[in-house]
Amino acid sequence: MELTTSIWPLVAVLVSLAASVPIMLSDKQPNLREFWTLLAAVIKVAIVVSLLPGVLAGGGYVFTLAEVIPGVPIEFRVDAFGIIFALIASFLWMLTSLYSIGYMRALEEHAQTRYFASFAVAISATIGVAFAANLLTMYLFYEMLSLSTYPLVTHEQNAEAKSSGRKYLTYILGTSIGLALPAMLVVYALTGTLDFTVGGILADKASPTALGVLLVLFLFGFAKAGIMPFHGWLPAAMVAPTPVSSFLHGVAVVKAGVFSILRILFHIIGPDQLAEADIGWIVTTLASVTLLVASLIALTQDNLKRRLAYSTVGQLSYMVLGAGMVSAIGMTGGIMHIGMHAFGKITLFFCAGAIYVAAGKKYISQMDGLGKQMPITFGAFLLGALSIIGLPPLGGFISKWKLVLGAVDGGQLTLLAVLLVSSLLNAAYFLPIVYRAFFVEPPEGAVNGIREAPLFCLVPICLTAFGSLVLFFYHDTFLRLARLALGLGG
Amino acid sequence: MENLTAEILAKYNYWIYVILMMVGFYAMIGKRNLVKKLIGMNIFQTAIILFFISTGAKAGGKIPILNKYEVLEHGVNVNSIVNPLPHVLMLTAIVVGVSVTGVALAVLVRIYRKYGTLEEDEILQKIEDEKG
Amino acid sequence: MNSNLHMYILAAPLLTAFFLGIFSRKSRSLLAPCVLGSLALSSILSIVVLRNVLEIGPISYTVGAWLPPWGIELLVDPLSGLMLLLISVVALVASFAALPWVRKELGDREHLFFILYLILVAGLMGLVLTADAFNLYVLLEITSITTYGLIAMGRGRAPLSSFNYIIMGSIGASFYLLGVGYLYLLTGTLNMADIAQFLPELQGTIALGTAMAFILIGLWVKMAFFPLHGWLPMAYSQAPNGAGVMIAPLMTKVTVYLMLRLMFSFIAPGFAMYETDLQSVIVWAAAIGIICASALALGQRDLKRMLTYIIVAEVGYMVGGAWLINEPGITGTVLHIVNDALMTLCLMLAAVAIAYRTGGLKFENLTNLYKKMPLTMAAFTVGAFAMIGVPPTCGFFSKWYLILGGVEAGQWGYVVALVFSSLVNAVLFFRIIEYAYFGKGGEEHGHESIERNEAPAMILGPLLLAAAGLIIVGLSNGPLVENLIKLAIPASFLG
Repeated sequence: MELTTSIWPLVAVLVSLAASVPIMLSDKQPNLREFWTLLAAVIKVAIVVSLLPGVLAGGGYVFTLAEVIPGVPIEFRVDAFGIIFALIASFLWMLTSLYSIGYMRALEEHAQTRYFASFAVAISATIGVAFAANLLTMYLFYEMLSLSTYPLVTHEQNAEAKSSGRKYLTYILGTSIGLALPAMLVVYALTGTLDFTVGGILADKASPTALGVLLVLFLFGFAKAGIMPFHGWLPAAMVAPTPVSSFLHGVAVVKAGVFSILRILFHIIGPDQLAEADIGWIVTTLASVTLLVASLIALTQDNLKRRLAYSTVGQLSYMVLGAGMVSAIGMTGGIMHIGMHAFGKITLFFCAGAIYVAAGKKYISQMDGLGKQMPITFGAFLLGALSIIGLPPLGGFISKWKLVLGAVDGGQLTLLAVLLVSSLLNAAYFLPIVYRAFFVEPPEGAVNGIREAPLFCLVPICLTAFGSLVLFFYHDTFLRLARLALGLGG
Repeated sequence: MENLTAEILAKYNYWIYVILMMVGFYAMIGKRNLVKKLIGMNIFQTAIILFFISTGAKAGGKIPILNKYEVLEHGVNVNSIVNPLPHVLMLTAIVVGVSVTGVALAVLVRIYRKYGTLEEDEILQKIEDEKG
Repeated sequence: MNSNLHMYILAAPLLTAFFLGIFSRKSRSLLAPCVLGSLALSSILSIVVLRNVLEIGPISYTVGAWLPPWGIELLVDPLSGLMLLLISVVALVASFAALPWVRKELGDREHLFFILYLILVAGLMGLVLTADAFNLYVLLEITSITTYGLIAMGRGRAPLSSFNYIIMGSIGASFYLLGVGYLYLLTGTLNMADIAQFLPELQGTIALGTAMAFILIGLWVKMAFFPLHGWLPMAYSQAPNGAGVMIAPLMTKVTVYLMLRLMFSFIAPGFAMYETDLQSVIVWAAAIGIICASALALGQRDLKRMLTYIIVAEVGYMVGGAWLINEPGITGTVLHIVNDALMTLCLMLAAVAIAYRTGGLKFENLTNLYKKMPLTMAAFTVGAFAMIGVPPTCGFFSKWYLILGGVEAGQWGYVVALVFSSLVNAVLFFRIIEYAYFGKGGEEHGHESIERNEAPAMILGPLLLAAAGLIIVGLSNGPLVENLIKLAIPASFLG
């Protein structure tokens, strides 16, 4: 890979961090404040997109900020894997910013300045995770993401928000400091480097047992990926405003966890060592259990956002599962599912928020007949749900299909069964919602006067739902990037 | 056994310092009266000072006040005089000890003014009462 | 190389103290310029001296031209140069915040406070400069006596805490003196370099072991190494706020420096002392100390008292790290001396800033602080993150080296203790952040307006500076370790 030194990766990371200052200063002028957010979002997308051609051509960009520990600088590197995540995150941030404006103003939320400022810091950290060139830099931004989202989770500032905030930090900080940090130090002690390298850096450096222990430490250490039993924070974090749930807890934060685990599997431990030491089963077992159990729990939830949260826990494990399959096609599927799920799930969350804004309803049992009042919202919801279930012609089909092929390829029929059962469960917890909305008669007078949500909400919903559809037909770029990330060649 | 007795007797001065030190240490840790603690501290320091002085002593050593002309002519027979350096050091240590005692006494005066007693238990009781 | 420049670093606060003693009773206006001026001068000279040392090697000065090993030698090498800079800068920054507090707390006795304050700073500088084991004792007592005095100026039970500290401090100093006496008996000299020459032959003898044991225990009492820490939480939390901001960051750290200095001079790696289990025992003691002190910190309901227990835990970090006797361990310890001084400075400044406005530091007083004092709380948050060890603040990097040292030495108990303590710190600080973030009783609807009421600029300025320093030192960690700390550690301890 040809690396060009360029300051743009750093700018891409910092632009939203820098934007948080004018956002805070424009406390009294909401329009100006939102202008800064949108400006930073547009600049961010533009920079990330401008970096894309170079990466697609097989190159990359690198920028070293400071050498903080011998052999381990704080360094940014734009490679194929990183840019997938950065593209998704920055693009969806732009849409979420629009949606946030509609949502927050419609509900006349308090402390909007703090909200937008924290959001800007969080997206900075997300891009930092995506563009990190080594484990230390990634850890740095991973922690920054954890801390900057605390004010968002506790936004409501009531007792429930307080206990959710505690739960959130206990899970996320506890695992990252208690498990990931020591594991990282052991890797450094063994190898003297933490650089992400295609094929891993631990070849011949650790015994299979040690590799297994490190693997488990990393899998649980990046608890944002929600692998059971460290998933409890995600349903709790649903107390946050819906844009936060949709973007951070549907895309940025949870994907940062999955992304980190995949980085470790591909570029620190390495697929070959995974196969050689025969520890891939640890990954696939944990992921399979999580995705089945989470789907079952999702069935029992009546609160729409909590159902979506458990669905997220399950879907995250698809990505980890793909990585653990140690077959090229399965791993490609895992990476692609990051993007496909992001578009699908953010649509679903946006819809949940729109329903709350327009109708003030949180529970699925109250949503009978709402479809006639809010056809666009529920239409988009259907598209998002179909994508997550993995039906054509929606993006989710592509990645799930590759995962299935990967399971067949590796002769892992148990995994194949897990994938199919889970897809059925997905259908079982999503489709009844749409059915209720369109075909069940509402109780007398329950839906009177309910209209679609404001335009600021509605446009992003349509865009993301449409995106899910488009990704089915135009997924070549993603596929190419995923293959580049795995060192398989474009 | 006889050897041991002889050993102990030969270094009797050090044993005395050890006992003194223990007495002082006990008073500092075990006594509940603050002045007694302070006295313990002084005993403790004195024991150490004596210990240092002993290290300079020599059998038959005289005080190190020498005739300048004689020394210039014949040199110094170091065995005939005690080592003066520990004495000098201990002079400093005594000054330090006195300063600490001074500060401690000043603090004790403040404590007495505030609580009207120097018994630690009573003071703690009074602090408890104030809280309650 | 001989030079007396470093003498002036020490002389500036010392002579100013005397000057203040004579003149400041009459004219109050002299006070602030004299204190700040002398410490600023020390800071500037420290930078110059450190640069010289890095360029041309250690610089020595013999007081009164009495040549070593008889005279007292003041020696600056990269390690003491770094410590000098640390002490003068921390003291300077802290004294900005001390000025308004002392006026508030002590009124017309403020000149007395600052006389002691400056002598204490001079004593600390002397401690890092001296190359004479007995002179070290005297300076140790100079710093202690001034600290006793400063603490006794506090309110409430401060005199009692101070007296308790006097007793414990005297025991520590006496133990140290006794150990030095043994060394003198063994070698006939008090100059550290001179003593070191004789030591290779004495390795493994009971007498040397006794000497080192007395010295180490003496220093451990002085640095509040668990379980010899009993005096510290009371003394530091009762001290006047103006004194606490300087004493808390510096005293224990300088004592840890003394332990390192004596280890470097007297115990080269490979000596008999390390072949026994002693090293492991000390590291385990440190690990247990870290865990216990962290657990005790959890029980506190007052910000300042909580910080004092964190200080005790941090002492465990450094003692353990030093006794790992490997490159990352010792690098981490030296780095942590610097980082912990800055972190404690930042948090103490934040604490006194909050206390200045709220009147108390009980957790219940801390509600809604993010609205009332946003800048103060921003700086506090940075300090808290540094204590937890979140990158890129400096606390992360010293912890990194310490854990790495533990991993390399196979001291898993110590590694677990460090990770545990980081987690406890996270709980401790987020508990406070939660109090400060939420309103009374945890309920707040956010629409009512709460008036902003920041601390005065004299406290807020240094606080923001310290918080920025935590991040800057963290980001420049690489050059700091490579160009300074690696040079400060004797070659025999490296690699």
